[in-house]
Amino acid sequence: MPDRRIAIVPARNEEEAVARVVEELRAFDSGLDVVVIDDGSEDQTAARAAAAGAAVVSLPFNLGIGGAVQTGFKYALANGYDTVIRLDGDGQHDPQQIPNLLAPLERGEADVVVGSRFAEGGGDYKAPFARRAGIRWFAQLVSLLTRQKLTDTTSGFQAVNARAIRLFAADYPHDYPEVEAVVMVVRHRLRILEVPAQMRGRETGRSSITLLRSLYYAIKVTLALLVGIFRRRVVPLEEL
Amino acid sequence: MNPVTPLYVSIAATVASILLILVVLELIRSRRLRERYALLWLATGVVLLVLSVWRGGLNTIAGWVGVTGYPPAVLFAVATLFILAVLLHYSTVISKLADQNVILAQRLALLEQRVRPEREPRER
Repeated sequence: MPDRRIAIVPARNEEEAVARVVEELRAFDSGLDVVVIDDGSEDQTAARAAAAGAAVVSLPFNLGIGGAVQTGFKYALANGYDTVIRLDGDGQHDPQQIPNLLAPLERGEADVVVGSRFAEGGGDYKAPFARRAGIRWFAQLVSLLTRQKLTDTTSGFQAVNARAIRLFAADYPHDYPEVEAVVMVVRHRLRILEVPAQMRGRETGRSSITLLRSLYYAIKVTLALLVGIFRRRVVPLEEL
Repeated sequence: MNPVTPLYVSIAATVASILLILVVLELIRSRRLRERYALLWLATGVVLLVLSVWRGGLNTIAGWVGVTGYPPAVLFAVATLFILAVLLHYSTVISKLADQNVILAQRLALLEQRVRPEREPRER
């Protein structure tokens, strides 16, 4: 039986971009199912996504990126998909690069593959200093905690296999979920791998992150990480 | 020897403690407060009441913890500790509610998608 694949696209107030993301995904692979998680949008995000041919799950109010992405994993688990591709609803992730993410999964080399902006061969990513510093800080902290060299722990461009889908459907962190998810993945003895990826600049909308908030999140996620390594496993190893 | 707690302070503290206990009991009676969350408040009221009425005890405890100048300060300290405990307890309750809220929202959204996948999202 061939792999059943689905793309999870979390989107909040992305009516300008979301249809193009869905269309690009369908153009890239017409057999690929797409589910858009509308995270309490106040605009036409859900309608545009549905019109473009995606399944749409509309949250009754805004849960934040972590809660939205987890909804996608729950959807994938309930509907029997065994590979998830996760990309953002703002169009910064290029579907043409999906095969790079899938390759290590297909070879059985990893359970989670992350498209990294900073891995060798990745794009030249320009970001404000504070953002780069934050990304750097988490990369080093997570590398230390997982004893594995990771360069981009905040990338939302990922491919995930059935074992990791089960884990993420059961538990997924809140705001900046990717950072904590890495530690969760390693604690559950799943394998994570980075591949270089280029990201496009945001086409519309603006990033949800401001300077003061970044600091707040940086402290909060650091706390979550440090406490997280002492947390008991959500899913027993034998069930993954 | 420790100075004794002034009588008026003891009376005022006693009245306040009894009031706290009565208000909590009334809130339980009228179902505006669940017993589960009332217990910490009742414990606060009872401990404060005991320390207010039993003046010798308050002085003794003040001596133990090295409060030599003004024994009623211990009353404040105990009250503060209990309030901190109540607040911390509430934080855990709120966290649990928030987690449950997320799960409910997700289930609702997934069910809605299954029941009427082709429909436009509900109007706001």
